[in-house]
This record gives sequence, structure tokens and C-alpha cells, in this order.
Amino acid sequence: MTTADFAAFSNNAVMFASIVYVLAFVAHVTEWATGRAVTVTEVTEVAEPEAALVGGSPSPAQAAPRPVDEDHEERVDKWGRIGLALTVVAVLLHGAALVTRGLGADPIRVPWGNMYEFTLAGSFGVGLMYLLLGRRYHLRWMGLPVTAFEVVVLMLAGLLLYVPAGPLVPALHSYWLVIHVAAAVVASGAFAVGAIAAVLFLVKDRAGRRGSLRPGGYLDRLPELNALDRLSYRLHAFGFPIWTFAALVAGPIWAEYAWGRYWNWDPKEVWAFITWVVYAAYLHARATAGWRGKAAAVIALVGFATLLFNFVGINFFFGGGSLHSYAG
Amino acid sequence: MTSTQTDPVAGAGGAAPNPTPPSQPPALAPLELARWTWRQLTSMRTALVLLFLLALAAVPGSVVPQRDIDQVAVADWERDHPTLARVYDALGLFSVYDSVWFSAIYILLMVSLVGCVVPRLRIYWRGMRARPPRAPRNLGRLPESRRWVVDAPPDAVLQEAAGVLRKRRYRVDSDLAGDGAVAAERGYLREAGNLLFHASVLLVLVAFAFGQLYGYKGGVITVVGQGFSNALSQYDDFSPGSLFAPDDLSPLSFTVEDFDVSFLTSGPNMGQPEDFSAKVRYAAEPGDEPQDYDLKVNHPLTLDGVNVFLVGHGYAPVVTVRDGNGDVAYEGPVTFLPQDASFASFGVLKVPDAAPDQLGFEGLFLPTYGFTMARGPFSQFPDDLDPVLSLVPYRGDLGLDEGSPQSVYQLDKDDLRTFKSTDASRGSAARLKLSPGDTVELPDGAGSITFDRVDRWVKLQVSDTPGKGLALLGVLLGILGLMGSLFIRPRRAWVRASADPEDGRRTVVELAGLDRSSGGDLAGEIDELERQLRSDQEDS
Repeated sequence: MTTADFAAFSNNAVMFASIVYVLAFVAHVTEWATGRAVTVTEVTEVAEPEAALVGGSPSPAQAAPRPVDEDHEERVDKWGRIGLALTVVAVLLHGAALVTRGLGADPIRVPWGNMYEFTLAGSFGVGLMYLLLGRRYHLRWMGLPVTAFEVVVLMLAGLLLYVPAGPLVPALHSYWLVIHVAAAVVASGAFAVGAIAAVLFLVKDRAGRRGSLRPGGYLDRLPELNALDRLSYRLHAFGFPIWTFAALVAGPIWAEYAWGRYWNWDPKEVWAFITWVVYAAYLHARATAGWRGKAAAVIALVGFATLLFNFVGINFFFGGGSLHSYAG
Repeated sequence: MTSTQTDPVAGAGGAAPNPTPPSQPPALAPLELARWTWRQLTSMRTALVLLFLLALAAVPGSVVPQRDIDQVAVADWERDHPTLARVYDALGLFSVYDSVWFSAIYILLMVSLVGCVVPRLRIYWRGMRARPPRAPRNLGRLPESRRWVVDAPPDAVLQEAAGVLRKRRYRVDSDLAGDGAVAAERGYLREAGNLLFHASVLLVLVAFAFGQLYGYKGGVITVVGQGFSNALSQYDDFSPGSLFAPDDLSPLSFTVEDFDVSFLTSGPNMGQPEDFSAKVRYAAEPGDEPQDYDLKVNHPLTLDGVNVFLVGHGYAPVVTVRDGNGDVAYEGPVTFLPQDASFASFGVLKVPDAAPDQLGFEGLFLPTYGFTMARGPFSQFPDDLDPVLSLVPYRGDLGLDEGSPQSVYQLDKDDLRTFKSTDASRGSAARLKLSPGDTVELPDGAGSITFDRVDRWVKLQVSDTPGKGLALLGVLLGILGLMGSLFIRPRRAWVRASADPEDGRRTVVELAGLDRSSGGDLAGEIDELERQLRSDQEDS
């Protein structure tokens, strides 16, 4: 295959990956919708004995809903597994798109040299983190928000950020590009999945407090609040040292080589530092009475917001004002 | 804590029956106040608030141009918003990271950090040397506990338990004669990691401050073929640390021999630079044998900790200006600054030696000339394929004798006037268009200008940041400490063995654990301990 073939394949693979992510999303929606149907039968089941008490005839059908329920549960599970399998396919396609994007440039290079490619790599990091950590922590319930995230991000990347594959600008001719950006992508992936857990924690917490937690609904089927909080913490604890390495070790070393100052207070650096400080605050808050739980989750989301702003905002709003502007 | 909070109330209550002069506050008050302040400052809540303040305070520095980073941008900003600039300047917004308020936040944070870490260091020291705490009376009440019955006698069970726990890297206190229980603890390094991390933050900060105070950074534009020696007067811009002495500049010198740049000539990214490099001949000290070096982006020249970087490049058309008397008033390269990726460059030439009138030129250098009615003259490609100089000439007084410093990239037009255009359709001011080799006569016999050839210039940055090795060490130690404090799980475990009250020949084994940090999988650990203990006991 020629360079142009690889580049063309990469574009197709992004499209295919998006379509499969959409299908996975639909499967997860179906999973949860089916789950709600189960609840409805459960509720009627509970209601029936009462009806019987009130004066109806003893229900001979009482045993009947059971097999229907198991059937339902199986269907719920089946849709969940379909969603997960589709996500695996989509992430593989996504990875293929990334690899061929690198092969599609002449000379061959790492596939993160501009905004489009950073977005592609970053969202791949999120998908990969979800699948890898999902094996260990049983994260299938996160499939719905993760696939939704991937669909939206890939669509935005294709619509707004796409640039044809090409060689790197000279400023990026350095192996630190590989180390620095790879670390940032992995950390961002962990933070993104952690942020999803934090959002779900907050939503479920609120619903629980307002008493609007529908039994059997999506929120009800999520893990317990404690488990969500702990998962969010673990993801952030995993991402934080990697982020420290990306932003405060690899970045400065490269900056020292490229610009002669390891710390330049460049807008991108400032915001990477802000993100670091906010996540440090999150880790502290989680160890402080009165900040645990809701406040900590909010801090984690603030951290993710600064991360996103650094990724998108700096390049759009600050443009040439940042030494990182070639990333645009 | 509570006593200090209730003290003022007690004081106020006592004041009513027995009034004391208000000029004599209770003797302890200042000390109490200091103690209260110290406690507040070193509390975790304050540390959290300070962390947020630090994050928030860093934001303006990314929005408002900073003096340390881009003086030109600050100057532009001040010119565009003179009133607001005064307010911003007073607030320190043009140098946020040296400002009083930014410093105040991080110094308070450091004090809070020290105040938090030092007492913990003491506690940790004591904890390190202490034996694991004795088993609680009722192990069944702990978060995780197990209970089973075996045949082996209690002493043997405890001995084995101690062995299993030691193998799992617990520190074990097997007080066999005492309460019939084994106490064990592990994960001491978590707190050590935590302390290491916080100490590293201090180390990084000190190293960073050292670099800021004693370092320097200077930029110099050198036309290819010309030289540079490391002296303050040679720099176009120079930002020293506040304790930097110019005598500290190392006596480095070099000549830029050649500069190569290649641009993509096809494909979707046409015009993007592919690569550029400058050949320099340098000497670390005046008497040294000169050596060659290929200077590239990401490939600096390092001499005694001083780094020389290639940070930019551009065009310097070489021109010869003759004045009204026919004398050569200027001969040499003129630095033009690129305005965009096409390298359309803006430049100014001041000829103060021209007579009878001083001459000035201002205009564009276009490396590959293009023209459309809609856009006017522009550059089609960044390489010098068809270079053209498009200049507007001026005559009069350049204003160089007024004493106020002028930028070499700006023409003070107060006492200058343009020449009348011969072609009124193209504006009232005369405009010259020159290709290499062209000579154009100025109107009214004011002189002539010749475009001899095109040279290139490179922008080099020379910098020295002492203490960077220390900063790197600090961050690496910090990450190490961080990983220790995040991933090591401090735990306690107890095993108690006692005669079974129902069947005196058998032994009841109780196993319980306690996680001293959140987020660990205690149940899994206790399950594993139980499995090992049971398999050992079944073996024996």
C-alpha cells in the first residue's frame, strides 16, 4: 500500500469506527431500555398481592412473570454483551485508523502531530482505558456514556478538525513527541473515564436524595455510590502520576531541548499546571472529612474541564499566543 | 482547638462584672491568636482553598501577555489599551508569576505544607519504630473478619500465622505468651511516599526559583555569514533573572556559516517547512579552536550548561542606498520579520547618513511574488523563488536624535514625508518594486536604492537555567513518592487462636483486618490470608 492508500484507509477506518460506536451506543440504549421493562413487570408483581388483599381473587398467575423476568434479564445481558463486543470492534478500528494515519504520512511518524490527530489519539485512549480497566473493574455499565462520548468526539474531529495527513512541522521532530504525547493521552483517557464515573456518582447521588431513583432504571443499575466514588478515585489515582510525568517531566525536558527553558509559562503549560493543581486538590479532598463524596466529585469534574479547555480552548482562543500553537 | 474558640467568649462574659481597660487584652491573646492562625493555616481545608486559589491565580497569566515571555506583545497591548494597561500594570497582570499576590499564595501554600508535613514526620518516625498495635478484644467487629476451627493447638496456629504474615511482608508482633494473638502491620512506605512527595514539591520549587533568579535568556537575530559573541550589547532582547550578573555570561562566540531550509513543494501541506538547520562555527572561549555544529530545532548546542537554540528564521534582503549626492549611504542586509507562513515579511530601513535629507523605507519582502487585484501583492510560497521588495520611500528627519529609543522595526513618520507617486491610480505615495539586481531612482533626485541579493537570518536563543538537574530530580522523586502514597495500602491484620469452648481439643482461629487507607480491596486480602492459613494448617 502506498502512503496515500494508508491515509485514505485511515479516513475510512475513522468513519467505520464512528458507525460501529453508534451501533454499540444503540445496543447499550436497548440494554437499559430492556432493563426498564423488567422493572415494570417487577413493580406489577409487587402490586399484585396488594390487589389480592384489597379484594381480588388470589392470582394464579403469580408464578408466571418469573420466567418472563429471567428471559428479560437474559435479554438485558445479551444487549449489554452486544454493546461491549461492538465497542471492542470500534476501538480496534479506531486503533487501526490511528496506526494507518501514521503510516499515511511521508515520512512515517507517530499519529499525533496536529489537533485532528490529538483528538483521534485522545479518544482512542478513552476507549482503550474503558476496555482495559473494564475487564478488571466490570465497567460495562459505563458503555452508554463512553460510546456516546466517542461518537460525539469523532464527529467533531471529522467535521471541524480534519486536515489531510502530512509530515510533521520541524518543531515536532523529536522523540519526546512520542513520550510526552503518549503519556498525556493515557492520563487524559484515565481522567475522562474517571470523570464519567464522577458524573454518574453525582447524578445518582442527586436522584437518590430527591427520591427519584427509579428501581431498575439506568441509575439504579449502576454500582453503589461508594463503588462509583472508589472507582473514580482509582482512575484518577492511576492517571495523576502519569499526568505528572507528561506535564511536569517529559514536557519540561522537551521544552528545555526545544526552547531553552524547561518552564516557560506558555498558556498550554499554565493550563497543564492548573489541571495538575486541581487534580492534586481532588486527591487531597478525598482524604479530608467533609469534602469526600460530592465535593470531591465536583473537583474532579473541574479538573476534567480544565483538561478539556487546555486541549481545545488554548488552540482556538490563544492561537499564535502559545508556543504549542502548531498543534492546531 | 475548641479552647481557643471558646476563650474570647469567656473573656467577653467576664468583662461585664469586672470591667478591665480595653487597652489591656488578656496576656495570652497574641499567642493564642498565633496558635489559632497556625492551626488554620496548616489545616487541610486551608490547603485545599490555597490550591484552588493557586490554580485560579495562574489563569490571568495565560490570557494577558507576560513581560517575561513576550515583551513585544506587552508593548503592543499597552499601546492599544493605554488606560487599562495602567490598571493591569498596577495589579501585576503583566508579570503574574512574579506578582505579590501569586507569590503570597504559593508561599502560604508552602508554609501550610511544611506545617502539615513536619508534625507528620514526627508521628511517622514514632510509628515506624512502634510495634503493631495489639489485637482488639472483639475481632468480629472489624470491617473484615473470619472465624474457623482447626485441630492444631493454639501456639502452633499462631506460629504459622506469624510465618504466613511475614511472607506477605507484614511486620509481625507475635506475642505468644501474651493475649494469644498475632498482630501485624504493613504498608509503612505509603506515608513515607507521601512525605517524600511533599518534600519534593519544596525541592522543585527551590530549584525553580534558583533557575529564575540566576538564569538568563536572550534572543539574537544573526544574518547568515555574520558572527555573535556572548555579550549583553549583542542581544536583541535579553531577560535576566533578578540576581543574574552580566559578568556571568560565558565567553562563547560563533559565526553562522550557512542556513538550509526546505519546504514541501507539493501535497496538501504545501509550503510547510520540512526541515531547517544552521551550520555554526563556535568557540567556547576566545582562544579555542573553532568547531562546527549543525544547529536544528530540538537539537541545541550545549556548552557549559549554556544552550544555543535555533528558534526562527527569515529573510534579510541586501540593499545599497545612494543619497542625493550620489554617495553610498547604506550598504548591507536589512532584517525583515515574517508576518505569516508564506514568509511575506515586513521591514524598515533607516538611512540617517543620507544627505541632504535623511531617507527611510518601509515595506514588504515577498519571497515568491504574487499579485491579484483583490489581494494586492502577496507571497505565494515561503521559499525565495521570485523575491520582490515592495517599499514606500520617505525623506525628512528620522527622529533618531531626539533621544528617545526607537525600534528598528518602526519608522517614526512624524517628520517624514512620502514621495509623490507618478502613477496616481496606485495611491498618492510613490512605491518601489524591486527584484534582485534592480536599481530604482528615487523621485526628485533624492537618491537611489539597489536590491543586491537575498540573505537569510536566523534567530538564536541563548539561555542558561541553573538548577534544572535539581528540578528534574525533584519531580522524579515526587512521582516516586506519589506512587508510593497512592498505591501502597497500609493494613493491619490480627490472628487470634483460642481453645474452642465447645470442644476443648480444637482451636478457634479468628482472623481480622483493617484498611488504613480508603480504596483498597481489604476483603480480597483477608480472603487470601485465610486461604493460606487454612492450607498451611491442613498441611500440618
